[in-house]
Amino acid sequence: MSDAHAAAGALAARALLWIVLAGAGAMLATAVLSLPEDGLGLADETLADLGRTGVEHPVTAVLMNYRAYDTLLEMAVLFLALVGVWSMAEARPRPTAPPGLVLQFLTQLLVPFLILFAGYLLWAGAHEPGGAFQAGAVLAAAGVLVTLSGAQLPSVPRALHRSLLLLGLVTFAAAGVAVQLGGGAFLEFPPSAAKALILAIEAAAGISIGLGLVAIFEGGRPSEPESAPR
Amino acid sequence: MSALTLLLDALLAGTLVWVAARALAAAELVTGIALFIAFGLLMTIVWVRLSAPDVALAEAGIGTGLTGALLFAALARLRRAGAPDNRGENGDE
Repeated sequence: MSDAHAAAGALAARALLWIVLAGAGAMLATAVLSLPEDGLGLADETLADLGRTGVEHPVTAVLMNYRAYDTLLEMAVLFLALVGVWSMAEARPRPTAPPGLVLQFLTQLLVPFLILFAGYLLWAGAHEPGGAFQAGAVLAAAGVLVTLSGAQLPSVPRALHRSLLLLGLVTFAAAGVAVQLGGGAFLEFPPSAAKALILAIEAAAGISIGLGLVAIFEGGRPSEPESAPR
Repeated sequence: MSALTLLLDALLAGTLVWVAARALAAAELVTGIALFIAFGLLMTIVWVRLSAPDVALAEAGIGTGLTGALLFAALARLRRAGAPDNRGENGDE
C-alpha cells in the first residue's frame, strides 16, 4: 500500500471515529437529560428486601444477591482475560535492576497491612462500602508491589496456583447450583443461608481476583520449565 | 449547597476534563500514563462527591492503581521490545 493511500485510510478512520464518538456522545447527553428529576431507579425495592439478602449494605446486596448473575459473569470475564494474557505470551523475567531502598522498605512496611486491609474490606463489604473486588484489588496491589520490589512471590505448585485462580468462579457457580438443587432458582440464595454463602463466595472471589490481577500484571503465563512457577 | 462546595465541585469537574484531555494529547506515553493516573485519582474524588464510595474504592484500586501499573508494565515491555515510545499523530505501530 502506498503512503498516500495509507494516509487517506487513516484520515477516513479518524473521521469515522469522530462521527461515532459524536453520535454516542449525543445519545448519552439525550439519555441523561431525559431522566426524570427524582424517583430514579430501584432504590426503594432494593431497600425493601434488604433483610432477606444476607447483607446490610445495599450495594453489596445488589452485587452479590439481586444481581449475582452479573457478578458471576464478571468473574468469568476476568478469568477469560487472564486466559487471553496467558495464551499470548510467556511472562518474561523482569530486568533485575536493584530496587531502591525506599521501594524495598515501603514494600516490607505496606504488604502486611495491605493483606490485612484486604481482609477488612472483604468483611466490611457486608455492611459498608467494600467487597470482593475491592479486597482483590488491594491484594493484587500487594502482589504487584512485591513483584516490583524485585522480591520473589512465594512459589506455589502450578496446580495449586491454577486452582486458586479458578476458586472464585467455581465457588460462585457451585453455590448457584447448590441452591438450585435445594429447590430454588440458580443463584437464588435462601435468606437463611445467604450470609454464609455470600461470605464464602466473596472470600473465594477476593483471592481469585487478587491472584488473577497479579497474574495479568505479570503479562504472560508463568514460564514452563520450572516445577513451581508463579 | 453552599457557594464554596459549588466552587470546589466546578473546579474538580473542570480539572477532571482538563487532565483527561491532556492525557489523551500527551506526546510521550510516560506523560500520558502519569496523567491517566492523576485522572483516576481525581475521578475517585468525584465518585466520593457523588456519594458513591463503593465506586470510588473500585476506581482507586482497579481503575487507577492496577491499570496504571499495567500501563507502565506494558510500556516497559514495549521499550524492551524496541518499539518507539513516542507516538506520532497517526500512531506508528
